[in-house]
Amino acid sequence: MSKFNKVAALVAGLFLSANVTADNIAITGATVHTFDDQGKVENGTVLIRDGKIESIIAGGEAPKGYNTIDARGKVVTPGLIVAKSALGLVEVGFSAGINDASTELKDAVALGTTLDAQYGVNMHSSLINITRIEGITTAATGIDYGDTLFQGQGAVISLGDKVAPIMKSKAFMSLNLTGTFVDSANGSRAATWPKLLRVLDEAVSLNGKPLRINQDWHGEFAKADLNALLPVVSGEMPLFLTANRASDIRQVIALKSRYKKLDLVLVHATEAWMVADALAKADIPVIVNPESNLPFDFGELGATLKNAARLAKAGVKVTVANVGKYGAESHNARLVTQLAGNAVANGMPWEDAMAGLTIHAAALFGIEDKVGSLAKGKQADVVVWSGDPLEVMNYAEMVIIKGEAISMESRQTKLRDRYMSLSQDKPHRYNQP
Amino acid sequence: MKNKNHTRSATRSMQVGSAVKLAIVAASGAMLIACSEKPPQEQKPLVELKKDPFPSTYQPLPSEATVIKNVTLLDGIGGMIENGMLLMQDGDIKAVGQAIDVPQNAKVIDGKGKWLTPGIIDTHSHLGVYPTPEVHAHADGNEMTKPVTAEVWAEHGVWPQDAGFSSALAGGITALQILPGSANLVGGRTVTLKNVPHRSVQDMKFPGAPHGLKMACGENPKRVYGEKGGPATRMGNVAGYRQAWIDAQEYKKKWEDYREKHAKGEDVQAPKQDLKLDTLAGVLEGDIKVHMHCYRADEMMVMMDVMKEFDYQISSFHHAVEAYKIADELAQNNVCSSMWADWWGFKLEAYDGIQENVALVHQAKACAIVHSDSDLGIQRLNQEAAKVLGNAHRVGIDISRAEAWQWLSANPAKSMGIFEQTGSLEVGKDADLVLWSADPFSTYAQAEHVYIDGALVLDTNDPQNWPVSDFELDQPGEGER
Repeated sequence: MSKFNKVAALVAGLFLSANVTADNIAITGATVHTFDDQGKVENGTVLIRDGKIESIIAGGEAPKGYNTIDARGKVVTPGLIVAKSALGLVEVGFSAGINDASTELKDAVALGTTLDAQYGVNMHSSLINITRIEGITTAATGIDYGDTLFQGQGAVISLGDKVAPIMKSKAFMSLNLTGTFVDSANGSRAATWPKLLRVLDEAVSLNGKPLRINQDWHGEFAKADLNALLPVVSGEMPLFLTANRASDIRQVIALKSRYKKLDLVLVHATEAWMVADALAKADIPVIVNPESNLPFDFGELGATLKNAARLAKAGVKVTVANVGKYGAESHNARLVTQLAGNAVANGMPWEDAMAGLTIHAAALFGIEDKVGSLAKGKQADVVVWSGDPLEVMNYAEMVIIKGEAISMESRQTKLRDRYMSLSQDKPHRYNQP
Repeated sequence: MKNKNHTRSATRSMQVGSAVKLAIVAASGAMLIACSEKPPQEQKPLVELKKDPFPSTYQPLPSEATVIKNVTLLDGIGGMIENGMLLMQDGDIKAVGQAIDVPQNAKVIDGKGKWLTPGIIDTHSHLGVYPTPEVHAHADGNEMTKPVTAEVWAEHGVWPQDAGFSSALAGGITALQILPGSANLVGGRTVTLKNVPHRSVQDMKFPGAPHGLKMACGENPKRVYGEKGGPATRMGNVAGYRQAWIDAQEYKKKWEDYREKHAKGEDVQAPKQDLKLDTLAGVLEGDIKVHMHCYRADEMMVMMDVMKEFDYQISSFHHAVEAYKIADELAQNNVCSSMWADWWGFKLEAYDGIQENVALVHQAKACAIVHSDSDLGIQRLNQEAAKVLGNAHRVGIDISRAEAWQWLSANPAKSMGIFEQTGSLEVGKDADLVLWSADPFSTYAQAEHVYIDGALVLDTNDPQNWPVSDFELDQPGEGER
C-alpha cells in the first residue's frame, strides 16, 4: 500500500467503519434531504435493506443488524440524475476511433427516429466510474450529433450496474431545433418546421398502428421512421427538443397545443426565461445549462445567468445539466453540482435546484417510482456528501447504488495515486495503484 | 488621475538606452526608429526596429481614495489577514495591514463578512479573437494558412465589443492574456489587457506588459496541416519548431552583426525587417514570453529540450493536463503550467487529465496557474481553484486558501511578466482587486466590487452602471449578465 493509499484509507476510515457491501446499511447522524414527503430530516438515519430504502427516521440509534455509517456533520441526498449525456457512448470524442454519440447516416430520406442509443452503451467506458464517484447514480444517455432531423432514442442507465445497466430503453426521443442544427440540416426554419409537422401528421395518421413490412404505404416518410414515432405522438415517449431562441420556444409551445398528447421537454433553452410563464402554463419542463450566459449565436442573444431562476420562479420545473446546443459535455457530466450551485447563486432556490437533479429529473423519464428521492421501497441510490453538494469544495464521500457502496476508484484516481509521489525506484509503469 | 501609460512608456524608452530617437519610414514601408549619436561622416544612421508600434493608450478610469476595512484579505502571495484593511489611492495600493491610517476624505467600505483578493488574471483567453456570437465572420484567432505564423499579432484580431469582457469582469477578472489559437506550431503574438472594455484594443492594452508568443504541441497542428503540406505528425511538429528557431538565430545574428559593424563606424545597410523572425528573435532575446499549448507530459519534456537547444525560456505550458506526471521537471526548469481544474477527455491528448493536477504541480513547488480558455470558465476561475482545493483536501493534500490564490493572480502575473505591476495586494502595486460577497471558494460568492487601478469598474449591486457592449444594445440580453 502506497503512502497515499494509507492516508486515503485513514480519511475514509474516519466515518466508514467497514467495507460496506452487506445488504443492510444504516447511515446515521446526517442532514438528510429526501425530496419526498419527509422533506429535510436533521440528524437523520437512513435504513437500507435488500437494496431498497427501508425508512428515514429522525435521530435514534441504528438498529442491530445494520452496517452503520456514521455520517454526523454530513449531508445525505438521493443519488443524482444526469438528465442529458452520452455516457457509455463516447470515450474520446474525435480523432480516436468510434464515437457512438455521433451518427452519419448519409441518407437524405432517413429521419433518425430509429437510432437507438441502448446498443452503444459500454459500462467499461472510463467515464462511468469517473462520473459515479462524484455522486451521479443515474444518467440519461443519447446521441449528441447526427445529420438527420431527429437524433434518435436515448436510454436511462444506472451507473451501478456494469452488466445490465439499462433502467429504461427508448426513454426519450431527441430533436435539435437550434439555429445551428437547422442551418446545417435544411438551411432554414422555413424548411425544418413544415417538415417536422408533416412527419408528426403522418405518425398521428397511423392511429397507433405500426406500418407492417408488406403493407402498401404512400406517405412521404419511411415506415420504420414513422413506426418509431408512434410512442412519441401518443405521449408514451417524451420528446426532448433542443431550442434556444424565444421565437423557436414559442413554436414548441404551439406544437404542444397542436399535438396535445406530446410529452415535451425543452433542452438548453437559453431564452426560455423570456417565455417562462407560457412554458409553465403548458407544463413543459426544461433542462438548462445555467452558466451559459453569452450570445453564442443569434438565437441566444438573451443569454443570462438568471435563466434557471426566472424559470423556476414562473413555476417551470427546471433540471440542470452540462448541456450545450450541440449535445452534452459527457466527460464533465459530473459538474451538475457546480452548475446547479451557480443557478442558486443567481437566484434559484436551493431546494428547486436539487429537486431538478433528483426527483424532477426522474419524472422526466417516468422513473420517479424507482429513483430520485429517499422514500420507503425506492431503489437505494444514496450519496453521503462532505457538506452542501452544490458547494464547489465539497464532494461525495460515499456513493451507494442499489444498496451497495460502490468503489470510489476510477481511472483518474488511479492516475493520481500513481503520480502522487514522483520519486520512485522503478519507472511509474511498475507502480500499480 | 495618474497617467500610467506615460510612466511606463518612459520606462520602456530608457530600456532602449539611446539618447536621441527619431522615427523614419524605411524604404520597405515598415516603421523604424533611427538613432544618431554623433555619427561619423558618410555613415547611415543606425536603424533600430520599433518594438511597440501599437502602443497602449490605456487610461485608468476615475478613482477616489478608498479604504476597505474589516475584511478577510488574501494577499495573493500566500498570506491571509483576518480583519484586514487596505487603502488604494491614485490607482495604487498604498497600505495593507490590520491597522492602517485612513486619509481624510477617503471613502470607507465596511468589508465585514466579505473577502478581498487580488483581481484574477487569466493567462489563457480568446475573448475578442473568438468573440460571441461565435460565427465565422468573427473567427479571428487562428491564422490557419501555414504552420509558423509568428508574424501575426492577436491584438489585431481583438474585437473590443465582445460581450465576454464584461462577463469576465463580473467574475473578478482584472487582466487577461489574449492568445491566438492552437492550430499552428507558432500561432503569433499574444496581448495582455487590462479588463476595461473600450473602443480599441490599444485602449485596453496593459501598459508595459511584454508580448507573449503562442506555440502549440500535439494534435491540433498535425490535424490542421496533415493534409495541407504538413506537419502531419508529432515528429513534423518538432522539426517545424527547430527550423523556425534556426531561422530566428540567423536573423538575430544578422542584426547583431549589423549593430556591431555600425558601432565600429562602418557604413552598413540594415537588414530587411521580417515580421515573423522579429517575433522569434524577440523570444531568443528574452523580450517575448513563450506560452505553449501542450497536453502530454512526454511532449512537454521534448519541448523543454528544444528550449535548451535554442536557449530560450518557456514561460508557461498551457492546458498541461499531464503536468502532474512531470511536476518535478517543471519546477526544475522554471516553467509554469496553466491548467484547468477538471477538463479532460475531449481529445486523446487530454485523456489523462485528473482533478488534482493543479494541486500536485503546486505540491512539487512548480508554478501552478488556473486558466480558463473559455468565455464561460473565465467568469468563475475562483470556483475552479476551489474545486482543486476540495479535491486536494479529499486526498489529504493540505493547501490553504491563501496559498491557492497564487494560482489566480501572482503566478499568472509572473508568467505574463506583469508581476511588478499587479497580481498581489502589496504596497505600490496597481490597485487591481476584488471584494467578494463571501469566501470566494464558495459557489455562492459574488464578485461584489471589482477595482482596476483603484477605479470601481464593476459594482454588482448597481446594474445601471454595468458595462454593456455596443453589440448588446437593443438585443434581448442588453443589461443582462
